[in-house]
This record gives sequence, structure tokens and C-alpha cells, in this order.
Amino acid sequence: MHRVAGLLRRLGAHVTGMIWRLGFATRFFMLILKHSGTSFRRFHLTVREMYFSGVQSLIIIVVSGLFVGMVLGLQGYDTLVRYGSSEALGVLVALSLVRELGPVVAGLLFASRAGSAITAEIGLMKATEQLDAMEMMAVDPIARVVAPRFWAGVISMPLLAALFSAMGVFGGYLVGVRMIGVDEGSFWSQMEAAVDFEEDVLNGVIKSFVFGVAITWIAVFEGYDAPPTAEGVSGATTRTVVTASLWVLALDFILTALMFRGN
Amino acid sequence: MMSRKTLDLWVGVFVAIGFGALLFLALKVANLSSFTGAGLYEITAKFDNIGGLKVRAPVKSSGVVVGRVREIHFDNQTFEAVVTMSVESRFAFPKDTSAKILTSGLLGEQFIGLAAGGDSVNLKNGDALKITQSAVVLENLISQFLYSKAAEGGDKKQQ
Repeated sequence: MHRVAGLLRRLGAHVTGMIWRLGFATRFFMLILKHSGTSFRRFHLTVREMYFSGVQSLIIIVVSGLFVGMVLGLQGYDTLVRYGSSEALGVLVALSLVRELGPVVAGLLFASRAGSAITAEIGLMKATEQLDAMEMMAVDPIARVVAPRFWAGVISMPLLAALFSAMGVFGGYLVGVRMIGVDEGSFWSQMEAAVDFEEDVLNGVIKSFVFGVAITWIAVFEGYDAPPTAEGVSGATTRTVVTASLWVLALDFILTALMFRGN
Repeated sequence: MMSRKTLDLWVGVFVAIGFGALLFLALKVANLSSFTGAGLYEITAKFDNIGGLKVRAPVKSSGVVVGRVREIHFDNQTFEAVVTMSVESRFAFPKDTSAKILTSGLLGEQFIGLAAGGDSVNLKNGDALKITQSAVVLENLISQFLYSKAAEGGDKKQQ
């Protein structure tokens, strides 16, 4: 009886803790939006963060995009040739990249490459009391530290996803046309005929924008909420990668269900 | 710490590459360049059966894409499907042009094929095509085939 009560109490404390964190995260998001004027007025702050989260993610995005596209080219050809429609390879590669793989894989890479760095940086700034020092100097740490990182991530993410898709299409072209020998004309023309700008490309951009908001929100929040210890920061960094990746996949399902319900 | 100038350059390069990729997706992959800027005119056609035709399906003439299906609705007066097509203005068709619903390949998507007639007057915006041919429905094809086979068998018995 005593043990059951203890278990219930711990469960209750866990649930209340989660709701408390959710509420704090929402208030934190509103605070970021409220204080984001600074990150656009003093745009060099945001540009500096775009260097760290965007430019430094370029290599991983370009290389992974190329390889994902090349694998799609190989696998897609293998499947399509059984139905005698290997010319549809361009359609397969472009649609799967633009609609799904581009935003999602770029989001997952962005969460582990840039999101973890943002959390670790803010968490460490908090642990070493730099944020407190800023407040002491009447500098709002949310406006000065958090909001520029948030907006830099939100701006970078759609660009990275578009780059990933473009590199993937190029990789599919390399393998499909240059290596295997699918007809170049039908590779591009079938792709152009099947891929729609609004339906496919624009929806992919919307997806990557939503992922960008979710990932950087989680990253800055986990950093800001991290316990100011070494374990606290490392735990928060892990949580960022895990939570952000799960949210990317969950949001992807919701957005896909909303966007592509079939005609 | 990098000086701000070099850093700006790198971010500029990053943004340019990102937008370049987006432009590539829009122009090369989705082919946004066609069907924009050029004027369009609308024509309608009534079909008994449109099969699996969908909005945005291509409208082709001699196999070349000249427009897209804009809207499909059901006319409750005549009990027919009314298909509205947007055709590019640079392609003019005679007034007695006929429309067929065709399928690309064995399992491909369905599209509208326009066959030009011989009239000297061209179609205008809002005109309706008089001669149409419905989509081939596999079940009807099979039942027709069976019917003709059965009729053949009957003839033989009578002889």
C-alpha cells in the first residue's frame, strides 16, 4: 500500500513536471517572439549565428544529400526496371526528395549538427553564469543570446533542406543517367511534368520551415532550461537531439496528412 | 574569432547557395517557367465518363503539352462531367477541335488529347468543345468484348 502510494506520487510528480515544462516552453517561445525585434534590428547578431548553424552545416548537408540521391537512383532504378519504366527514375528521385527526404533528413541532420551545439552553448553560458551577468548589465539574454540563434536556425533550415533536395536530384542524375544510362531527356522531362511547384516544392519548403521552428525552439529551450551543471548540460544536449528528431518525424506525419490527402 | 567581414561573406554565400537550390528546384525540377507569364484561355468539354482524370492533368495535342485541366465538375442537368481546361494562348485551335481522354502507357496517368479540326474560326476563351470521346473504362471494354463473343456464338448456332 505504501509502495503504491509512493509510485503514484512519483508518477504524479513526473506528469506535473512535464506540464510545467510545457508551459514554460510556451512562455519561453512567446518571450522569444516578443524580443525578436532586436535580432532583426541588430541583424549582424543573427548573421553571426547563421554562420554557426547554417554555413557550418553545409558540408554535411551537401554530402548526405548527394549520397541519399545516389542511393535513391540505384534503388529506384532496380525497382522501376522491373516494371519497364526506368525513365520514371527522375520523377521518383525528385518527388521523394522534395516532398519527404529533403525536409526530414535535413531536419534530422540539422537537429544533431546545429541543435545540439545551440543547446550546449546556451547551457554552458547559463552554467558559467554569463546569462546572469548579462541580466545584471540590463541586457536581456533572451533578446541578445536566444532570439538571434532562434531566427538564424529558422532562416537556415529551409535553405539547407532545399540544398539537400537539389544535391539529391543531382546525385540521382549522376547515378541514373551518367552511371546506369537512363535516357537523359526523359529523366528531366518526366520530372518536370510530374513535380508541381506549389504542391510539391512549396509544401516541402513549408515543411522545412516548420521543422526549423520546432528544432531551434527545442534547442534554445533545452539550453535555457538546463540544470547549471556539467551533467545538466550534457543531458540537455542529448534531450535536444532526441526530442527534436522525434518532433520532426511526428510533425512530418501531421503535415503530410494535411498536405497530401490524395486527390 | 573571425572578423565580421569574412563571416558576412560566408553567410552571404550560404544564403545564395540556398536560394540557388530553391531556384533549381522551382525551374528545373518543377518546371515553373512554363505556364507562367504566357496568357491562358479556357475551354470546356463535356464527357460521359472521365475515368480517372484529375485536376492539373496535362492537355496534349499531338503529344505536346499545351495546357492543363483546371476544373472538373458534374452537370446535374445533363448528367455529364464538365471539364474546364486552360490552354496557352500561343496555341490556337480550330472551333471543331475534338477532345479525347487518353492514358499514357498501360498504367500511366490520364490526360486530354486535342485533335485539331478544319474550321477556319479559332476557339475563344469560354468556348465549349462539341466533339468529345470518353475515357475507356476497362469493365465496359470487357463487357463489350464478352457481349460480341456471345453474339458471335449465337450466330454460329443459327447457321
